[in-house]
Amino acid sequence: MGYLDLIFQETYKILFLLVPVLVSVAMIVWLDRRVWAFVQKRQGPNVVGPFGLLQSLADALKYIFKEIIIPASSNKIIFILAPIITMTLALIAWAVIPFGVDQVLADINVGILYIFAVSSLGVYGIIMGGWASNSKYPFLGSIRSAAQMVSYEVSIGIIIINVLLCVGSLNLNDIVLAQKDMWFVIPLFPMFVIFFISALAETNRPPFDLPEAEAELVAGYQTEYSGMMYAMFWLGEYANILLMCALGSILFLGGWLSPIELYPFNLIPGAFWLIFKILFLFILFALVKAIVPRYRYDQLMRLGWKIFLPLSLTYVVLTASYLFYFNLLPTN
Amino acid sequence: MIAHAIFFYIFSIIAVVSAVMVTVSKNTVHSVFFLILDFISISCLFIMIGAEFLGMIMLIVYVGAVAVLFLFVVMMLNVAQQKNQWFISKENSNHIPIGLLISVIIFFELIIVIGGWKYKPDLFDQLNLSIVNDASNTHSLGMVLYTDYIHIFQISGMILLIAMIGAIVLTFRQREGVKKQSYLKQISRERAEGVEVVEVASNRGVKIDD
Repeated sequence: MGYLDLIFQETYKILFLLVPVLVSVAMIVWLDRRVWAFVQKRQGPNVVGPFGLLQSLADALKYIFKEIIIPASSNKIIFILAPIITMTLALIAWAVIPFGVDQVLADINVGILYIFAVSSLGVYGIIMGGWASNSKYPFLGSIRSAAQMVSYEVSIGIIIINVLLCVGSLNLNDIVLAQKDMWFVIPLFPMFVIFFISALAETNRPPFDLPEAEAELVAGYQTEYSGMMYAMFWLGEYANILLMCALGSILFLGGWLSPIELYPFNLIPGAFWLIFKILFLFILFALVKAIVPRYRYDQLMRLGWKIFLPLSLTYVVLTASYLFYFNLLPTN
Repeated sequence: MIAHAIFFYIFSIIAVVSAVMVTVSKNTVHSVFFLILDFISISCLFIMIGAEFLGMIMLIVYVGAVAVLFLFVVMMLNVAQQKNQWFISKENSNHIPIGLLISVIIFFELIIVIGGWKYKPDLFDQLNLSIVNDASNTHSLGMVLYTDYIHIFQISGMILLIAMIGAIVLTFRQREGVKKQSYLKQISRERAEGVEVVEVASNRGVKIDD
């Protein structure tokens, strides 16, 4: 009976986290298209539901009722596994995101490493999809994206080290609580900028959407996918973008902490602030998509390895020296 | 405790079966995918014995970086078409005796290592490690790695660096006739250099020096 209770309780918690994440993924797709449209002086999706809010649901319904086509020469098991892996990995990382002091599904010691590990596994969905399609464009797209994601993971890892030096713990709640006096975006502002750009590259967002550059590769690794499997790639991608925004707001913008520790702001629950910050970062993501043209592949690699990596490494040395010299190293 | 045992057996069965499948499967890309599955289940085992830091590092380094390179090599070289001749083929099977020899040597080495540990269990007490029991896994690992073993740690880092430089030097070739794009040159191009407004006389055209 004890086990059964535990399982029910955990399932309830997991559903309470996953259903809002999935719904908000659908909503931010709408938001993305709206922001993009407003930058270009268009209206965007505004027909289905109030302000077009239900557009994503209509799209999802369309995808569900479409036929799933599996190419005859594809490797069927891996072809079907690829979108499932992308989607699953994008969702399981949410287990460690804290929405408040105790409002976290799994409060593990190595939370930030967990997120980093899961996001480094994300490349497999793309490689598997590209390889299993047994077609030229998907394969080229998947190879591009694998190289891109591995390169930018290096700089993201070093940026995370910067933050961890100031915190002294790998637990995400500790990282948030360490920013009680000052958000890390102020002392580590250059790292925040580099993190933002690396996150764009890591999630294959424009201007770094080379894996699916439609002018060169049709749709990259997604070319052969159709129906619900395509929708799963798409959902996984947006869940990953939301996750990167959440990670950015936890590492640099104080997570669920309220910006001002004053009376009326204290009453607002932490989850609201976290969602607010995620939305703020996401609107920046959407604006970048609308404003910046696509990078060339060699420029992308050069930016990752020759600019971001040395810059973030130098900043690690600076941060460590500063903390050591002024005896500010966190001890616990 | 029962749940713990059940999960342990699930992960270890997956690890062993996928390790066998790495060598048995005919398609090389499938072999690499089984290798990845093996890495993941082993990192789950690490997490189950409480070594969460090792488990996560295993995922990040081996699955997130090393196995991606394996996949790259296997996919690019197109070795998937090669038939994997495992104990079946009669001709051209020179690699099986050598493989068997190496695996026997590794097996005996493992026996010696584990036997030595059994034979001299007080070896670990003599090391006098400054492990704090109530600290987290990561913390205590860092306390040991960056104090008592800092030189060994840095030497291993140097060896990795040298290996990396060596690989780059060995594979680097200066080829003739390769056009390179200079980034600075492209950015610093002015409009005046590229565009010119020319008055074109009718019926005569204009001569552009190329």
